[in-house]
Amino acid sequence: MTRVVSIYLPELATDRIRRCDPSIPAEQPLVVIARSGSKRWVSAADAAARKAGVHVGMQAAKAQALFRGLMMVDADAAADAAALERITLWALSQYSPIVAVDAPDGIVMDTEGADHLQGGELPMVTGIFNRFHAKGLTARVAVADTWGAAHACARAIQRETVIVPPNETVRAVEQLPVARLRLPEKIVGDLRVLGFRTIGELSATPRAPLALRFGPEIGRRLDQMFGRMAEPIEPIRSPELVQVSRSFAEPIGAAETINKYVGRLVVQLVAELRRSGLGVRRTDLIVEKVDGTRQAIRAGTAKPARDVAWLTRLFRDRTEKIEPGFGIEKLSLIAIVTQPLEEEQRSSSLIEEQNDDITPLIDIFGNRGQRVYRMAPVASDIPERSVRRIAAAAPKVAETWNYQWPRPVRLLDRPDRIEAVALLPDHPPASITWRGKRRRVKRADGPERVFGEWWKRDSELEAVRDYFVVEDEGGERFWIFRAGDGVDPETGSRQWFMHGIFA
Amino acid sequence: MAQLSANPVITDLRERIAHLEGGLVRRNQVLPFGVREIDEHLPGRGLSFGAVHEFAGGGSGTVDGAAAALFAAGIAARTKGKVIWCLTRPDLFFPALAQAGLDPDRVVFVEADREEDVLASMEEALLFGGLGAVVAELVRLPMTASRRLQLAAEKTGTMGLVVRRWRRQAEASDFGQPTASTTRWRVSVMPSEELPVPGVGRARWFLELMRVKAGECAEFLVGACDDEGRIHLSTGAGDGSDTSLRSVHSR
Repeated sequence: MTRVVSIYLPELATDRIRRCDPSIPAEQPLVVIARSGSKRWVSAADAAARKAGVHVGMQAAKAQALFRGLMMVDADAAADAAALERITLWALSQYSPIVAVDAPDGIVMDTEGADHLQGGELPMVTGIFNRFHAKGLTARVAVADTWGAAHACARAIQRETVIVPPNETVRAVEQLPVARLRLPEKIVGDLRVLGFRTIGELSATPRAPLALRFGPEIGRRLDQMFGRMAEPIEPIRSPELVQVSRSFAEPIGAAETINKYVGRLVVQLVAELRRSGLGVRRTDLIVEKVDGTRQAIRAGTAKPARDVAWLTRLFRDRTEKIEPGFGIEKLSLIAIVTQPLEEEQRSSSLIEEQNDDITPLIDIFGNRGQRVYRMAPVASDIPERSVRRIAAAAPKVAETWNYQWPRPVRLLDRPDRIEAVALLPDHPPASITWRGKRRRVKRADGPERVFGEWWKRDSELEAVRDYFVVEDEGGERFWIFRAGDGVDPETGSRQWFMHGIFA
Repeated sequence: MAQLSANPVITDLRERIAHLEGGLVRRNQVLPFGVREIDEHLPGRGLSFGAVHEFAGGGSGTVDGAAAALFAAGIAARTKGKVIWCLTRPDLFFPALAQAGLDPDRVVFVEADREEDVLASMEEALLFGGLGAVVAELVRLPMTASRRLQLAAEKTGTMGLVVRRWRRQAEASDFGQPTASTTRWRVSVMPSEELPVPGVGRARWFLELMRVKAGECAEFLVGACDDEGRIHLSTGAGDGSDTSLRSVHSR
């Protein structure tokens, strides 16, 4: 099942001008003026200008006459196209191996098998919208089963994002106007004259008369939208990308054959990379099948790689996911994100140095979608804040925790409320009740006072926790704390909490 | 002990069997505990590298697995090289492991959503080679899976440490099921060592060696890992003669 994301950039032209010149204030109405012959007309208007009454297609003189202070910039279609291509190439390195320009004002990408890396479809589309928004680009994002449906939905919605569930294409698009069908304007105009308003009406009409009158275009677009006809997305490529490919005279399908040729492609790619002094961070394997469909596998590495065995291993781990179908016609390997990687000089010595670089192993785990990390200390007295996760391949952190007091092996996510019988203000409890089990405290150490971090939150200005290590009759040791210092009610509620379990 | 039997015929047979079982395996490479009484019970006088060792808690330790995890961390701390720690429930508090001598720079955590992925990660890490130890926190360890892990460990000579922790205490009877692990240990918490003053002394564990290949079961009362991951045999009497046992926190 393919899933296609379509990103529609309705205000690409004005957004591009604002990005080039950040001195334009946000409330300044901005329109773009295009010329056709001697006619000057508004080809794009931003939100402020539209609010003032300017609309696309209006004559330039008329827009100027509407109000003073309208900023007019000449249209530059080439710059717009270049900007769109730049954004598309960026999206290619971020989201999916198959990303293409959906001219003139959109991006389309095949996210089948790529959405889980972003945490699912909803986080993915929200993430796309937020990242575009942060870069000053207005975007509408839609996910659907086909390019046609996603394209139509992205351009029809009022809100920022929409997700069309699998196999719900018909219900999602039948009410949309025929103009969303990616047909030439002439045909759309003629269809309107004939009384067709929605895509649903058009698809319910017999094909033959339509084909006779308008040619095969309408049927093709309808079939593409409803997924009855495959519409492969030709991924965007820039000349800088290092790419190697291999076409097969006879389609291949066996797993060993695929592995063999992937291995050969990796060798070629590494040779190319070595020539240009690059190491690869993200690599895509594009599989083109006989029936015109494409499948892509992306592998990432934690640091620039140019090692044949390492890259081969990363792909061999995933080639079982390839469905050859009727056979594979072409395999290509593209280095999407590269970084300079210099040859390293090793001093030769008779003693074999122990190689403790485990980056290849980290990459294998990372590409399987598992979370790989290391722990590092944070200078904070609050236990739950004293640990942070860092990237597994991050450089060494020299410092470590140095506590005078023992720390529990397991720390509860959220401190558990417990009942405790204790002498105030600073005696350990005589007994505690946790999860319905009462325990008599035989031995205890404490209190260890932890103060709130008032520079982080106002509510922590006075807050205090008093930690105790307690041991019950059976020898089980726990880390408990009392909110507050036991005297001043300002410092805490005097309630007791379980926070950790010692070994 | 059986290993020390003077009969040359038996010794010769042993060597030939070991040779047949796999010439690549570095059988004699072990990590001793440094405690004579425990090491004597283990073939090769220590925990062998290139093998899978299993640890479970006792009592409520079956659910939290705190003592088992710290015992495994102490063993991992005494190895050299990186340590891979595979888990599904990220509730370890690293400062405690650092207090057992495990350097945070050495440990790479691999967190998966499913138990099967933990097994796969552990096998992958064991096959990678060159690591100090591979630790995995697992609920279920079927015979087939443990056999795969054991073979992977034998292949590269990496030590695999499995910390078993269950969702409920009642499920812990699963530990009775056989697995292919070389040794199986149960670590239960015991009241800490007596101090001459009020306070919690050095933690003590009841260590049960429940199964060992080519060895016999045994039980020990030990003092928990110190700051270099070492355990020691606890005498049981808190006479205070050994001052290094006194908690620095009781002052």
